[in-house]
Amino acid sequence: MDNTDRELLETIADLHEIPEGSFNIRKNGTLLARGCDKDIEIVSKTDKDGIDIIVRPGVKNRSVHIPVLLTVGNFQDTVYNDFYIGEGADVTIIAGCGIHNDTCDSAEHDGIHTFYVGKNAKVRYVERHYANGSGSGKRVFDPVTKIYLKEKSCFILESTQLGGVTYSDRKTVASLGKEARLFVKEKIMTDGQERAVTDFKVTLRGRGSRADIVSRSVARGNSLQHFRSDLIGKNECFGHVECDGIVLDGARIISTPKIDAVSTEASLVHEAAVGKIAGEQLIKLMSLGLTEQEAENAVIQGFLS
Amino acid sequence: MVELKKVSYAVKDEASGKKQDILKDLDLCFGDASVTVITGPNGSGKSTLIKLLMGLERPTSGRILFNGEDVTGLSVTERAQKGFTIAFQQPVRFKGITVKKLLGLAGGAQPDIGQMCNCLSAVGLCARDYIDRQVDGTLSGGELKRIELAMALAKGGEVFLLDEPEAGIDLWSFEDLVRIFNRLRDKTVIIVSHQHRILETADKIVLFENDRVVSAGKKEEMFAKLSQRPALCSMQIKEV
Repeated sequence: MDNTDRELLETIADLHEIPEGSFNIRKNGTLLARGCDKDIEIVSKTDKDGIDIIVRPGVKNRSVHIPVLLTVGNFQDTVYNDFYIGEGADVTIIAGCGIHNDTCDSAEHDGIHTFYVGKNAKVRYVERHYANGSGSGKRVFDPVTKIYLKEKSCFILESTQLGGVTYSDRKTVASLGKEARLFVKEKIMTDGQERAVTDFKVTLRGRGSRADIVSRSVARGNSLQHFRSDLIGKNECFGHVECDGIVLDGARIISTPKIDAVSTEASLVHEAAVGKIAGEQLIKLMSLGLTEQEAENAVIQGFLS
Repeated sequence: MVELKKVSYAVKDEASGKKQDILKDLDLCFGDASVTVITGPNGSGKSTLIKLLMGLERPTSGRILFNGEDVTGLSVTERAQKGFTIAFQQPVRFKGITVKKLLGLAGGAQPDIGQMCNCLSAVGLCARDYIDRQVDGTLSGGELKRIELAMALAKGGEVFLLDEPEAGIDLWSFEDLVRIFNRLRDKTVIIVSHQHRILETADKIVLFENDRVVSAGKKEEMFAKLSQRPALCSMQIKEV
Protein backbone atom coordinates (compact mmCIF):
# COMPACT_ATOMS: atom_id res chain seq x y z
CA MET A 1 0.00 0.00 0.00
CA ASP A 2 1.25 3.47 -0.81
CA ASN A 3 0.19 6.82 0.65
CA THR A 4 -2.65 7.27 -1.87
CA ASP A 5 -4.06 3.87 -0.89
CA ARG A 6 -3.83 4.75 2.79
CA GLU A 7 -5.56 8.10 2.27
CA LEU A 8 -8.39 6.50 0.30
CA LEU A 9 -8.79 3.68 2.83
CA GLU A 10 -8.97 6.12 5.68
CA THR A 11 -11.58 8.23 3.88
CA ILE A 12 -13.89 5.45 2.76
CA ALA A 13 -13.47 2.89 5.54
CA ASP A 14 -11.78 4.64 8.49
CA LEU A 15 -8.97 2.14 8.10
CA HIS A 16 -5.44 3.20 8.92
CA GLU A 17 -3.83 -0.16 8.30
CA ILE A 18 -4.80 -3.66 7.21
CA PRO A 19 -7.56 -4.68 9.65
CA GLU A 20 -7.81 -7.85 11.69
CA GLY A 21 -10.48 -10.54 11.31
CA SER A 22 -12.47 -10.79 8.09
CA PHE A 23 -11.75 -8.29 5.34
CA ASN A 24 -11.16 -8.05 1.62
CA ILE A 25 -9.31 -5.18 -0.02
CA ARG A 26 -9.46 -4.94 -3.78
CA LYS A 27 -7.22 -2.65 -5.80
CA ASN A 28 -7.37 -1.98 -9.52
CA GLY A 29 -9.36 -5.13 -10.20
CA THR A 30 -7.24 -7.55 -8.19
CA LEU A 31 -7.07 -8.76 -4.62
CA LEU A 32 -4.72 -6.71 -2.45
CA ALA A 33 -5.34 -8.43 0.88
CA ARG A 34 -7.85 -10.75 2.52
CA GLY A 35 -8.51 -12.20 5.92
CA CYS A 36 -11.29 -14.45 7.12
CA ASP A 37 -12.22 -16.65 10.03
CA LYS A 38 -14.77 -19.31 10.92
CA ASP A 39 -17.52 -16.78 11.66
CA ILE A 40 -17.27 -14.72 8.47
CA GLU A 41 -15.99 -16.55 5.45
CA ILE A 42 -14.90 -14.79 2.24
CA VAL A 43 -14.69 -16.86 -0.92
CA SER A 44 -13.75 -15.76 -4.45
CA LYS A 45 -16.33 -16.43 -7.13
CA THR A 46 -15.28 -18.79 -9.88
CA ASP A 47 -17.71 -17.76 -12.62
CA LYS A 48 -17.22 -13.98 -12.46
CA ASP A 49 -15.31 -11.27 -10.64
CA GLY A 50 -16.38 -10.95 -7.03
CA ILE A 51 -16.69 -12.62 -3.68
CA ASP A 52 -19.20 -14.42 -1.49
CA ILE A 53 -19.30 -13.23 2.10
CA ILE A 54 -20.86 -15.83 4.33
CA VAL A 55 -21.80 -14.88 7.87
CA ARG A 56 -22.61 -17.88 10.06
CA PRO A 57 -25.94 -17.94 11.89
CA GLY A 58 -25.91 -16.37 15.32
CA VAL A 59 -22.64 -14.44 14.87
CA LYS A 60 -22.94 -11.24 16.89
CA ASN A 61 -21.16 -7.89 17.07
CA ARG A 62 -18.75 -8.54 14.24
CA SER A 63 -17.69 -6.29 11.41
CA VAL A 64 -16.19 -6.92 8.00
CA HIS A 65 -14.41 -4.42 5.74
CA ILE A 66 -14.50 -4.85 1.98
CA PRO A 67 -13.13 -1.62 0.48
CA VAL A 68 -12.14 -1.15 -3.16
CA LEU A 69 -9.40 1.15 -4.44
CA LEU A 70 -9.01 2.38 -7.98
CA THR A 71 -5.90 4.41 -8.73
CA VAL A 72 -5.51 4.12 -12.49
CA GLY A 73 -7.32 5.62 -15.47
CA ASN A 74 -8.80 3.88 -18.50
CA PHE A 75 -10.20 1.18 -16.22
CA GLN A 76 -13.69 -0.18 -15.66
CA ASP A 77 -14.07 -2.50 -12.70
CA THR A 78 -17.29 -4.44 -12.17
CA VAL A 79 -17.49 -6.69 -9.17
CA TYR A 80 -20.27 -9.00 -7.98
CA ASN A 81 -20.38 -9.45 -4.24
CA ASP A 82 -23.00 -11.66 -2.59
CA PHE A 83 -23.65 -11.58 1.12
CA TYR A 84 -25.28 -14.49 2.92
CA ILE A 85 -26.24 -13.45 6.42
CA GLY A 86 -27.17 -16.38 8.67
CA GLU A 87 -30.21 -16.45 10.92
CA GLY A 88 -29.93 -14.31 14.03
CA ALA A 89 -26.57 -12.82 13.05
CA ASP A 90 -25.76 -9.18 13.84
CA VAL A 91 -22.97 -7.68 11.73
CA THR A 92 -21.63 -4.41 10.36
CA ILE A 93 -20.32 -4.43 6.81
CA ILE A 94 -18.16 -1.52 5.74
CA ALA A 95 -17.84 -1.27 1.98
CA GLY A 96 -17.07 1.67 -0.24
CA CYS A 97 -14.76 2.65 -2.99
CA GLY A 98 -12.16 5.32 -3.42
CA ILE A 99 -11.01 6.43 -6.86
CA HIS A 100 -7.84 8.42 -7.39
CA ASN A 101 -7.51 9.34 -11.03
CA ASP A 102 -4.66 11.54 -12.23
CA THR A 103 -5.18 10.64 -15.88
CA CYS A 104 -7.40 12.01 -18.62
CA ASP A 105 -9.11 8.63 -19.08
CA SER A 106 -12.07 7.49 -17.07
CA ALA A 107 -11.97 5.27 -14.00
CA GLU A 108 -15.15 3.42 -13.08
CA HIS A 109 -16.16 1.05 -10.33
CA ASP A 110 -19.50 -0.75 -10.34
CA GLY A 111 -20.18 -2.79 -7.24
CA ILE A 112 -23.11 -5.16 -7.70
CA HIS A 113 -24.00 -6.21 -4.18
CA THR A 114 -26.71 -8.68 -3.23
CA PHE A 115 -27.73 -9.34 0.35
CA TYR A 116 -29.62 -12.41 1.49
CA VAL A 117 -30.50 -11.66 5.07
CA GLY A 118 -31.76 -14.55 7.19
CA LYS A 119 -34.57 -14.60 9.72
CA ASN A 120 -34.01 -12.33 12.75
CA ALA A 121 -30.63 -11.19 11.43
CA LYS A 122 -29.46 -7.59 11.56
CA VAL A 123 -27.08 -5.90 9.14
CA ARG A 124 -25.64 -2.42 9.20
CA TYR A 125 -24.17 -1.74 5.79
CA VAL A 126 -21.99 1.35 5.44
CA GLU A 127 -20.98 2.37 1.94
CA ARG A 128 -18.90 5.41 1.14
CA HIS A 129 -17.88 6.64 -2.27
CA TYR A 130 -15.16 9.19 -2.73
CA ALA A 131 -12.98 10.30 -5.61
CA ASN A 132 -10.10 12.67 -6.19
CA GLY A 133 -7.19 13.17 -8.54
CA SER A 134 -5.76 15.86 -10.75
CA GLY A 135 -6.65 14.33 -14.13
CA SER A 136 -9.53 15.34 -16.36
CA GLY A 137 -10.64 11.70 -16.62
CA LYS A 138 -14.09 10.86 -15.29
CA ARG A 139 -14.52 9.21 -11.90
CA VAL A 140 -17.61 7.06 -12.08
CA PHE A 141 -19.62 4.81 -9.73
CA ASP A 142 -22.65 2.83 -10.80
CA PRO A 143 -23.45 0.69 -7.75
CA VAL A 144 -26.35 -1.73 -7.52
CA THR A 145 -27.55 -2.96 -4.14
CA LYS A 146 -30.15 -5.72 -3.89
CA ILE A 147 -31.52 -6.58 -0.49
CA TYR A 148 -33.72 -9.57 0.35
CA LEU A 149 -34.97 -9.54 3.90
CA LYS A 150 -36.50 -12.57 5.57
CA GLU A 151 -38.91 -12.52 8.50
CA LYS A 152 -38.06 -10.09 11.32
CA SER A 153 -34.69 -9.21 9.84
CA CYS A 154 -33.35 -5.67 9.83
CA PHE A 155 -31.13 -3.85 7.34
CA ILE A 156 -29.60 -0.43 7.90
CA LEU A 157 -28.05 1.13 4.82
CA GLU A 158 -25.85 4.17 5.32
CA SER A 159 -24.71 5.39 1.96
CA THR A 160 -22.52 8.44 1.47
CA GLN A 161 -21.10 10.04 -1.63
CA LEU A 162 -18.52 12.41 -0.28
CA GLY A 163 -17.48 14.35 -3.32
CA GLY A 164 -15.25 14.29 -6.38
CA VAL A 165 -17.45 11.77 -8.19
CA THR A 166 -18.05 12.87 -11.77
CA TYR A 167 -21.00 10.61 -12.37
CA SER A 168 -22.90 8.10 -10.30
CA ASP A 169 -26.00 6.05 -10.96
CA ARG A 170 -27.03 4.17 -7.85
CA LYS A 171 -29.76 1.56 -7.85
CA THR A 172 -31.15 0.04 -4.69
CA VAL A 173 -33.74 -2.71 -4.78
CA ALA A 174 -35.22 -4.25 -1.66
CA SER A 175 -37.83 -6.84 -0.86
CA LEU A 176 -39.09 -7.15 2.70
CA GLY A 177 -40.64 -10.20 4.31
CA LYS A 178 -42.91 -10.41 7.33
CA GLU A 179 -42.04 -7.83 9.99
CA ALA A 180 -38.74 -7.07 8.27
CA ARG A 181 -37.34 -3.54 8.56
CA LEU A 182 -35.25 -1.43 6.22
CA PHE A 183 -33.67 1.89 7.18
CA VAL A 184 -31.81 3.92 4.59
CA LYS A 185 -29.83 7.07 5.23
CA GLU A 186 -28.32 8.43 2.06
CA LYS A 187 -26.10 11.50 1.76
CA ILE A 188 -24.91 12.92 -1.53
CA MET A 189 -22.76 15.95 -2.23
CA THR A 190 -22.07 17.12 -5.77
CA ASP A 191 -20.24 20.09 -7.22
CA GLY A 192 -19.00 21.45 -10.56
CA GLN A 193 -20.41 19.52 -13.50
CA GLU A 194 -21.05 16.33 -11.50
CA ARG A 195 -24.16 14.23 -11.99
CA ALA A 196 -25.71 11.84 -9.47
CA VAL A 197 -28.75 9.67 -9.93
CA THR A 198 -30.17 7.54 -7.14
CA ASP A 199 -33.02 5.15 -7.59
CA PHE A 200 -34.86 3.13 -4.94
CA LYS A 201 -37.36 0.37 -5.51
CA VAL A 202 -38.62 -1.08 -2.27
CA THR A 203 -41.34 -3.70 -2.09
CA LEU A 204 -43.00 -4.26 1.26
CA ARG A 205 -44.28 -7.79 0.81
CA GLY A 206 -44.63 -9.09 4.34
CA ARG A 207 -47.26 -8.19 6.91
CA GLY A 208 -45.88 -5.71 9.41
CA SER A 209 -42.85 -4.80 7.28
CA ARG A 210 -41.48 -1.28 7.49
CA ALA A 211 -39.17 0.88 5.39
CA ASP A 212 -37.77 4.30 6.21
CA ILE A 213 -35.72 5.96 3.49
CA VAL A 214 -34.13 9.33 4.14
CA SER A 215 -32.04 11.03 1.47
CA ARG A 216 -30.19 14.28 2.09
CA SER A 217 -28.38 15.96 -0.72
CA VAL A 218 -26.42 19.10 -1.38
CA ALA A 219 -25.80 20.23 -4.95
CA ARG A 220 -23.33 23.03 -5.67
CA GLY A 221 -21.83 24.55 -8.82
CA ASN A 222 -23.64 23.37 -11.94
CA SER A 223 -24.17 19.86 -10.63
CA LEU A 224 -27.36 17.88 -11.10
CA GLN A 225 -28.97 15.27 -8.87
CA HIS A 226 -31.99 13.14 -9.50
CA PHE A 227 -33.67 11.20 -6.71
CA ARG A 228 -36.19 8.56 -7.68
CA SER A 229 -38.11 6.31 -5.37
CA ASP A 230 -40.71 3.64 -5.91
CA LEU A 231 -42.26 2.33 -2.73
CA ILE A 232 -44.72 -0.53 -3.12
CA GLY A 233 -46.93 -1.75 -0.28
CA LYS A 234 -48.29 -5.23 -0.90
CA ASN A 235 -49.45 -6.01 2.61
CA GLU A 236 -50.23 -4.35 5.91
CA CYS A 237 -47.04 -2.29 6.14
CA PHE A 238 -45.57 1.17 6.67
CA GLY A 239 -43.24 2.97 4.30
CA HIS A 240 -41.76 6.44 4.51
CA VAL A 241 -39.54 8.22 1.99
CA GLU A 242 -38.01 11.61 2.65
CA CYS A 243 -35.87 13.52 0.19
CA ASP A 244 -34.38 16.81 1.33
CA GLY A 245 -32.08 18.79 -0.89
CA ILE A 246 -30.14 22.02 -0.69
CA VAL A 247 -29.28 23.69 -3.98
CA LEU A 248 -26.59 26.31 -4.29
CA ASP A 249 -25.08 28.32 -7.14
CA GLY A 250 -26.54 27.05 -10.43
CA ALA A 251 -27.19 23.50 -9.30
CA ARG A 252 -30.38 21.49 -9.72
CA ILE A 253 -32.09 18.68 -7.82
CA ILE A 254 -35.00 16.66 -9.16
CA SER A 255 -37.09 14.45 -6.90
CA THR A 256 -39.46 11.93 -8.41
CA PRO A 257 -41.49 10.05 -5.87
CA LYS A 258 -43.78 7.15 -6.47
CA ILE A 259 -45.77 5.36 -3.84
CA ASP A 260 -47.99 2.45 -4.70
CA ALA A 261 -50.40 1.04 -2.14
CA VAL A 262 -51.22 -2.28 -3.76
CA SER A 263 -52.77 -3.40 -0.50
CA THR A 264 -55.45 -1.29 1.18
CA GLU A 265 -53.67 -2.04 4.45
CA ALA A 266 -50.48 -0.31 3.30
CA SER A 267 -49.57 3.08 4.74
CA LEU A 268 -47.07 4.96 2.60
CA VAL A 269 -45.70 8.47 3.02
CA HIS A 270 -43.48 10.58 0.81
CA GLU A 271 -41.94 13.92 1.75
CA ALA A 272 -39.66 16.04 -0.38
CA ALA A 273 -38.24 19.50 0.10
CA VAL A 274 -35.68 21.08 -2.19
CA GLY A 275 -34.47 24.64 -2.06
CA LYS A 276 -31.82 27.13 -1.06
CA ILE A 277 -30.54 27.41 2.49
CA ALA A 278 -33.20 29.31 4.40
CA GLY A 279 -32.20 32.94 4.85
CA GLU A 280 -33.18 32.91 8.52
CA GLN A 281 -30.80 30.01 9.18
CA LEU A 282 -27.90 32.04 7.80
CA ILE A 283 -28.99 35.14 9.72
CA LYS A 284 -29.22 33.19 12.98
CA LEU A 285 -25.71 31.80 12.58
CA MET A 286 -24.34 35.18 11.49
CA SER A 287 -25.88 36.67 14.64
CA LEU A 288 -23.61 34.27 16.54
CA GLY A 289 -20.60 35.89 14.90
CA LEU A 290 -20.13 33.63 11.85
CA THR A 291 -19.51 35.07 8.42
CA GLU A 292 -22.02 34.25 5.69
CA GLN A 293 -19.67 31.62 4.23
CA GLU A 294 -19.05 30.04 7.63
CA ALA A 295 -22.79 30.00 8.29
CA GLU A 296 -23.45 28.31 4.94
CA ASN A 297 -20.79 25.67 5.65
CA ALA A 298 -22.21 25.01 9.13
CA VAL A 299 -25.73 24.48 7.73
CA ILE A 300 -24.47 22.09 5.04
CA GLN A 301 -22.22 20.18 7.43
CA GLY A 302 -25.11 19.71 9.85
CA PHE A 303 -27.53 18.78 7.09
CA LEU A 304 -25.23 16.03 5.87
CA SER A 305 -24.13 14.82 9.30
CA MET B 1 -24.12 52.10 26.16
CA VAL B 2 -26.22 52.03 23.02
CA GLU B 3 -27.61 55.25 21.59
CA LEU B 4 -30.00 55.93 18.76
CA LYS B 5 -29.67 59.39 17.20
CA LYS B 6 -32.61 60.51 15.06
CA VAL B 7 -33.09 57.01 13.69
CA SER B 8 -35.79 56.56 11.08
CA TYR B 9 -36.80 53.52 9.12
CA ALA B 10 -39.25 53.61 6.24
CA VAL B 11 -40.45 51.15 3.63
CA LYS B 12 -42.25 51.59 0.36
CA ASP B 13 -45.89 50.59 0.53
CA GLU B 14 -46.36 47.84 -2.07
CA ALA B 15 -49.91 48.87 -2.94
CA SER B 16 -49.71 52.64 -3.05
CA GLY B 17 -46.00 53.01 -3.81
CA LYS B 18 -45.79 55.64 -1.10
CA LYS B 19 -43.18 55.82 1.61
CA GLN B 20 -44.40 54.40 4.91
CA ASP B 21 -42.65 55.26 8.16
CA ILE B 22 -42.07 52.36 10.53
CA LEU B 23 -39.92 54.36 12.94
CA LYS B 24 -39.40 58.11 12.87
CA ASP B 25 -36.71 60.30 14.42
CA LEU B 26 -36.01 57.97 17.28
CA ASP B 27 -33.73 59.25 20.03
CA LEU B 28 -33.10 56.59 22.64
CA CYS B 29 -30.38 55.62 25.05
CA PHE B 30 -29.82 52.21 26.63
CA GLY B 31 -27.39 52.40 29.50
CA ASP B 32 -24.84 49.88 30.75
CA ALA B 33 -26.04 47.46 33.42
CA SER B 34 -29.70 48.16 32.76
CA VAL B 35 -32.78 46.24 31.66
CA THR B 36 -35.08 48.13 29.30
CA VAL B 37 -38.41 46.68 28.23
CA ILE B 38 -39.95 48.02 25.05
CA THR B 39 -43.69 47.64 24.87
CA GLY B 40 -46.57 48.91 22.80
CA PRO B 41 -49.22 47.77 20.34
CA ASN B 42 -48.56 45.39 17.46
CA GLY B 43 -47.12 47.14 14.46
CA SER B 44 -45.65 50.02 16.43
CA GLY B 45 -42.08 49.17 15.32
CA LYS B 46 -40.69 47.31 18.35
CA SER B 47 -39.29 44.32 16.47
CA THR B 48 -38.00 46.66 13.77
CA LEU B 49 -35.99 48.49 16.41
CA ILE B 50 -34.43 45.17 17.49
CA LYS B 51 -33.56 44.42 13.86
CA LEU B 52 -31.96 47.84 13.43
CA LEU B 53 -29.92 47.35 16.57
CA MET B 54 -28.67 43.93 15.42
CA GLY B 55 -27.91 45.13 11.89
CA LEU B 56 -30.58 42.99 10.22
CA GLU B 57 -32.01 46.18 8.74
CA ARG B 58 -30.32 49.53 8.09
CA PRO B 59 -31.91 52.80 9.20
CA THR B 60 -33.17 55.05 6.42
CA SER B 61 -31.52 57.88 8.32
CA GLY B 62 -29.89 58.49 11.69
CA ARG B 63 -27.08 56.79 13.57
CA ILE B 64 -26.62 53.99 16.07
CA LEU B 65 -23.73 54.32 18.51
CA PHE B 66 -22.20 51.64 20.72
CA ASN B 67 -19.96 53.02 23.46
CA GLY B 68 -19.59 56.13 21.32
CA GLU B 69 -18.61 54.23 18.16
CA ASP B 70 -20.85 54.57 15.12
CA VAL B 71 -21.99 51.02 14.29
CA THR B 72 -24.77 52.00 11.85
CA GLY B 73 -22.97 50.55 8.84
CA LEU B 74 -21.76 47.33 10.50
CA SER B 75 -23.11 43.96 9.37
CA VAL B 76 -24.84 41.36 11.58
CA THR B 77 -21.60 39.39 11.90
CA GLU B 78 -19.60 42.47 12.84
CA ARG B 79 -22.14 43.54 15.46
CA ALA B 80 -22.25 40.00 16.87
CA GLN B 81 -18.47 40.08 17.16
CA LYS B 82 -18.65 43.46 18.89
CA GLY B 83 -20.91 42.04 21.58
CA PHE B 84 -24.48 42.36 20.27
CA THR B 85 -26.45 39.19 21.00
CA ILE B 86 -29.99 38.47 19.88
CA ALA B 87 -32.64 35.91 20.83
CA PHE B 88 -35.19 35.90 18.03
CA GLN B 89 -38.92 36.00 18.54
CA GLN B 90 -39.32 32.98 16.30
CA PRO B 91 -36.37 30.60 16.62
CA VAL B 92 -35.10 28.86 13.51
CA ARG B 93 -34.98 25.10 13.03
CA PHE B 94 -31.91 23.35 11.63
CA LYS B 95 -32.08 19.84 10.20
CA GLY B 96 -29.14 17.78 11.35
CA ILE B 97 -27.62 20.37 13.70
CA THR B 98 -27.61 19.39 17.35
CA VAL B 99 -28.13 21.61 20.38
CA LYS B 100 -24.50 20.92 21.29
CA LYS B 101 -23.27 22.07 17.90
CA LEU B 102 -25.31 25.28 18.00
CA LEU B 103 -24.22 26.10 21.54
CA GLY B 104 -20.65 25.39 20.41
CA LEU B 105 -21.00 27.79 17.48
CA ALA B 106 -22.50 30.36 19.82
CA GLY B 107 -19.72 30.00 22.38
CA GLY B 108 -17.00 30.17 19.73
CA ALA B 109 -13.48 28.72 19.93
CA GLN B 110 -13.33 25.48 21.89
CA PRO B 111 -16.76 24.36 23.06
CA ASP B 112 -16.88 23.88 26.80
CA ILE B 113 -19.40 21.18 27.72
CA GLY B 114 -19.70 22.44 31.30
CA GLN B 115 -20.58 25.91 30.06
CA MET B 116 -23.14 24.50 27.60
CA CYS B 117 -24.85 22.51 30.35
CA ASN B 118 -24.89 25.59 32.51
CA CYS B 119 -26.68 27.57 29.78
CA LEU B 120 -29.28 24.84 29.27
CA SER B 121 -29.92 24.56 33.00
CA ALA B 122 -30.42 28.33 33.14
CA VAL B 123 -33.33 28.05 30.71
CA GLY B 124 -34.82 25.13 32.61
CA LEU B 125 -33.67 22.32 30.32
CA CYS B 126 -31.85 19.21 31.50
CA ALA B 127 -28.60 19.20 29.53
CA ARG B 128 -28.40 15.40 29.41
CA ASP B 129 -31.78 15.19 27.65
CA TYR B 130 -31.15 17.93 25.13
CA ILE B 131 -27.47 18.25 24.28
CA ASP B 132 -27.59 15.65 21.48
CA ARG B 133 -31.08 16.50 20.21
CA GLN B 134 -31.38 17.97 16.75
CA VAL B 135 -32.76 21.51 16.54
CA ASP B 136 -35.52 20.46 14.15
CA GLY B 137 -39.23 19.79 14.09
CA THR B 138 -38.93 17.22 16.89
CA LEU B 139 -38.62 20.06 19.41
CA SER B 140 -41.69 21.94 20.58
CA GLY B 141 -42.01 25.70 20.20
CA GLY B 142 -41.32 26.22 23.90
CA GLU B 143 -38.23 24.01 23.82
CA LEU B 144 -36.90 25.89 20.79
CA LYS B 145 -37.48 29.19 22.53
CA ARG B 146 -35.50 28.06 25.57
CA ILE B 147 -32.67 26.80 23.37
CA GLU B 148 -32.68 30.18 21.61
CA LEU B 149 -32.17 31.87 24.97
CA ALA B 150 -29.52 29.32 25.98
CA MET B 151 -27.66 30.17 22.76
CA ALA B 152 -27.72 33.86 23.66
CA LEU B 153 -26.27 33.03 27.07
CA ALA B 154 -23.62 30.75 25.53
CA LYS B 155 -22.59 33.47 23.12
CA GLY B 156 -22.36 36.12 25.79
CA GLY B 157 -21.76 39.75 24.87
CA GLU B 158 -22.47 43.26 26.08
CA VAL B 159 -25.85 44.07 24.52
CA PHE B 160 -28.66 41.51 24.72
CA LEU B 161 -31.66 41.93 22.42
CA LEU B 162 -34.51 39.63 23.46
CA ASP B 163 -37.56 39.76 21.22
CA GLU B 164 -40.59 38.52 23.14
CA PRO B 165 -38.60 35.98 25.14
CA GLU B 166 -41.74 34.77 26.90
CA ALA B 167 -43.57 33.78 23.68
CA GLY B 168 -44.35 30.07 23.79
CA ILE B 169 -42.92 29.57 27.26
CA ASP B 170 -45.38 28.31 29.82
CA LEU B 171 -46.41 30.40 32.75
CA TRP B 172 -44.55 28.17 35.22
CA SER B 173 -41.25 29.02 33.58
CA PHE B 174 -41.43 32.76 34.07
CA GLU B 175 -39.22 32.42 37.10
CA ASP B 176 -36.52 30.95 34.83
CA LEU B 177 -36.80 33.99 32.58
CA VAL B 178 -36.59 36.41 35.47
CA ARG B 179 -33.48 34.59 36.72
CA ILE B 180 -31.93 34.97 33.25
CA PHE B 181 -32.57 38.72 33.25
CA ASN B 182 -31.02 38.94 36.69
CA ARG B 183 -28.00 37.03 35.43
CA LEU B 184 -27.59 39.70 32.75
CA ARG B 185 -27.95 42.64 35.13
CA ASP B 186 -24.44 43.88 34.39
CA LYS B 187 -25.18 44.07 30.64
CA THR B 188 -27.28 46.28 28.41
CA VAL B 189 -30.47 44.26 28.08
CA ILE B 190 -33.23 45.35 25.69
CA ILE B 191 -36.40 43.26 25.77
CA VAL B 192 -39.52 43.52 23.64
CA SER B 193 -42.47 42.25 25.62
CA HIS B 194 -46.14 42.73 26.43
CA GLN B 195 -46.06 40.72 29.61
CA HIS B 196 -46.63 42.45 32.88
CA ARG B 197 -44.29 40.10 34.75
CA ILE B 198 -41.50 40.96 32.34
CA LEU B 199 -42.24 44.67 32.53
CA GLU B 200 -41.80 44.31 36.27
CA THR B 201 -38.19 43.24 35.80
CA ALA B 202 -37.33 46.44 33.92
CA ASP B 203 -35.26 49.34 35.13
CA LYS B 204 -36.72 51.38 32.31
CA ILE B 205 -39.79 51.01 30.13
CA VAL B 206 -40.16 52.43 26.62
CA LEU B 207 -43.65 52.72 25.19
CA PHE B 208 -44.07 52.70 21.42
CA GLU B 209 -47.07 53.84 19.49
CA ASN B 210 -47.44 54.60 15.80
CA ASP B 211 -43.81 54.66 14.72
CA ARG B 212 -42.49 56.67 17.65
CA VAL B 213 -41.73 56.55 21.32
CA VAL B 214 -44.65 58.09 23.14
CA SER B 215 -43.16 57.74 26.52
CA ALA B 216 -40.05 56.42 28.22
CA GLY B 217 -39.06 56.41 31.83
CA LYS B 218 -38.40 54.48 34.99
CA LYS B 219 -40.57 51.47 35.68
CA GLU B 220 -42.64 53.02 38.48
CA GLU B 221 -43.65 56.14 36.60
CA MET B 222 -44.33 54.19 33.42
CA PHE B 223 -46.57 51.71 35.22
CA ALA B 224 -48.70 54.61 36.35
CA LYS B 225 -49.02 55.88 32.76
CA LEU B 226 -49.69 52.45 31.33
CA SER B 227 -52.46 51.73 33.78
CA GLN B 228 -54.26 54.81 32.48
CA ARG B 229 -53.95 53.63 28.86
CA PRO B 230 -54.30 49.85 29.02
CA ALA B 231 -55.08 49.53 25.31
CA LEU B 232 -51.45 50.37 24.55
CA CYS B 233 -50.19 47.26 26.17
CA SER B 234 -51.54 43.77 26.67
CA MET B 235 -54.59 43.04 28.71
CA GLN B 236 -52.34 42.00 31.57
CA ILE B 237 -51.44 45.61 32.19
CA LYS B 238 -54.86 45.98 33.76
CA GLU B 239 -53.51 44.02 36.70
CA VAL B 240 -51.19 46.91 37.59
